[in-house]
Amino acid sequence: MTATASPSGTTERTDVLVIGSGFGGAIAAYHLAAGGARVVILERGPWLNGEDFDHDYLLGSSYTRVFDFVAGDGMSLLGGNCVGGGSVVYFAALPRAPRFAFERHGSIGRRMWPAGISRDSLEPWYDRVAEAIPVSRQDWSDVPYAGGLWAAACNHSGRTANPVPVGIETDKCVNCNWMMAGCRFDAKRSLLFNYLPAALSHGADIRPLHEVQRLSRTDDGGYRVHYNVIDDEDYRISTGSGAIDAKIVIVAAGAGATPVILQRSEAELGPMPYAVGRFFSGNGERLNTAIINEERVREVLGLSRDDGRVYEAFQIGKGPAVANWDRLDASLPEYSRYSLEQLYFPPGLGTILAQVPGASAPTWFGKAKREMLEQWKSWLIIFQMIEDDNEGVFGPPPPTGNAVRISQQMLGRGALRYAPTMNTIRGWAAADAEVKEILERDGLATVAPWTNDVVGAYTVHPLASCRIGDDPATSALDDKHELRGHPGIFVTDGSAVPGALTVNPAMTIAALAERAMPAIVEAARQRGVEVRYGAPAPDGSTNGRRGVTPLVPSLVRD
Amino acid sequence: MPNKEIAEPGRTMTLEAFADTMLPGARRFVGDRAVAGVLTGGGAVASGAVTVLEMSAPGISAGLDDLVKLLNEHAALYAEQHGLAGDESVPAFVSLPFEHRTQLARQLLAPGHPEKEFWVLLALFSYMAFDGAPHMHTTDALAAGHPGLTAMGFARPDADGLWRFPAYSYGRPLAAIHPDTTPSGSPA
Repeated sequence: MTATASPSGTTERTDVLVIGSGFGGAIAAYHLAAGGARVVILERGPWLNGEDFDHDYLLGSSYTRVFDFVAGDGMSLLGGNCVGGGSVVYFAALPRAPRFAFERHGSIGRRMWPAGISRDSLEPWYDRVAEAIPVSRQDWSDVPYAGGLWAAACNHSGRTANPVPVGIETDKCVNCNWMMAGCRFDAKRSLLFNYLPAALSHGADIRPLHEVQRLSRTDDGGYRVHYNVIDDEDYRISTGSGAIDAKIVIVAAGAGATPVILQRSEAELGPMPYAVGRFFSGNGERLNTAIINEERVREVLGLSRDDGRVYEAFQIGKGPAVANWDRLDASLPEYSRYSLEQLYFPPGLGTILAQVPGASAPTWFGKAKREMLEQWKSWLIIFQMIEDDNEGVFGPPPPTGNAVRISQQMLGRGALRYAPTMNTIRGWAAADAEVKEILERDGLATVAPWTNDVVGAYTVHPLASCRIGDDPATSALDDKHELRGHPGIFVTDGSAVPGALTVNPAMTIAALAERAMPAIVEAARQRGVEVRYGAPAPDGSTNGRRGVTPLVPSLVRD
Repeated sequence: MPNKEIAEPGRTMTLEAFADTMLPGARRFVGDRAVAGVLTGGGAVASGAVTVLEMSAPGISAGLDDLVKLLNEHAALYAEQHGLAGDESVPAFVSLPFEHRTQLARQLLAPGHPEKEFWVLLALFSYMAFDGAPHMHTTDALAAGHPGLTAMGFARPDADGLWRFPAYSYGRPLAAIHPDTTPSGSPA
């Protein structure tokens, strides 16, 4: 069921063209392929599996091949760049978003989510995802030292702390903390283990190193998708180009790339909705690094490892393990709610932005910083996710891709501008103060936030740059994820999420993609594609499908 | 590596002095001018900063001559403004004492400086030499006693070159969970 050459022999044709193979792309590809459509997925990054995932910081290893760091003006983004997208490089934290996140007004003065979506109405779609990507509730015995230390510190200051639900097979996990380079031990339940192989088994065609540049229209009301073929080692080099015609296009290139593709398509497709490339959110993210006072932790918290050491375990673990959710309180005013999550961030990019607690400038380089690095084993990073103000705006697109690539892999310069409003600045300040209050109590640690002076603020969860909503002035997509004014183009990735969620967003991105599928299938049918909605979970389970069946008619009716 | 005949004079020394300003270390030999020697142990330079900067993969090697020239111009102006006596036997940035190298680097890396983006790249890859050794397989770097990774206490891998931590957890409840946690383990 792969794409076929057109009668003229010049352009390939398929029913559905999916741009990107992360959560938004993989879920769409699976349902459409399983339903009978011919599906082609174009993925800009390489296709790696299992043993391809190196434990190595050498430039050119999987660590630099599979993710993408784009420096913007005031905000830099980290995203996936491989088959499986963010699911391959992420830390597999899969909480559902708190109820209040769906009621947020943000910068527009009224509810920003479509009227049809709330936590309750999304619950069956979350359940569908959880059936496809089993979510583990970590036990305390699964929680690495760093998470345990954060929990104990929260407890000491009268707070709660939760082991974070994760998409990790804990029995296979060796706590190596190399998750950002892809999981060598197949413990992370990335999309390489569920939606993508299921899509392949139904005939979907995944093409790695195919970077989509723009869309144009075809005479039959469909779209032509133009791509460059990217060199396997040096992503600055394009080795060819081509185009595929499709009746339906699903753009799921990630919130840092989807709006760029659409902006670049504007000359041929006509005007884009105002919200394409606007209202970008960094999910309110910011990091703090603490230097733990080992002796005080022993005395105050009573922690020690079996070998007698107290902590010295920053390197050990699996990304985030424990979060403080006390501020996820619906009764608090908007912009004052946030979560505080322990997180590992590896060397390479994860130490340069850390500031020396209490130091006078320079705080992120120099003598004191080198001395701080010598205490690296005693670091603890706390990741805050506040409610930001959707301040990000994408400038004119670069000539190709989503960034001007500087390095052969990983590093580029993008067109995002992000100037935080006072709402965001106050949220960060409140979260910084709370982290300090928890960790500096009784001398447990000294702590400082990462600097925003080097590459701006920093997000690993870019969102909202092409978002759903009910108001055409402030949303690029309708509540069925169709691009306003461009029927047949759908967006199902993180860019569709309306705003910051105060928790890790993967589960919500995936649930929204699941929810979007009945309407996308129906749109394909209306365009003559023989396809049905109703596939079970990728492993054949049917509970999730049963749960959403009553909702499907309301999602396809106009 | 650059063609030494056409490379900016003092290129390596200037880059070393900049990298040493980012993460300083001990002088490598008697009379080492590029490394200021304000700390013991190897810093960014001993960790391979110039090798990293000169690799093609980071994508800045072609611009290094220009950056070196510019950095030394800034340094000469800085020295003049601060009444510092220059030493013409070394590039202007190298001739600055460590504290003044630091002050100049602060200015160049500050938000709003028109060239900030370029200095950030130079800082980033100098820094990465220390904390990631991206010019070497990590296993080789550790085996060779790479100064940065060793100073950080980066753990050694298992015999197959992969990291595993069999001991990883305090193994007991350390806080009460949030009372509104749902059966799925999520916030309500």
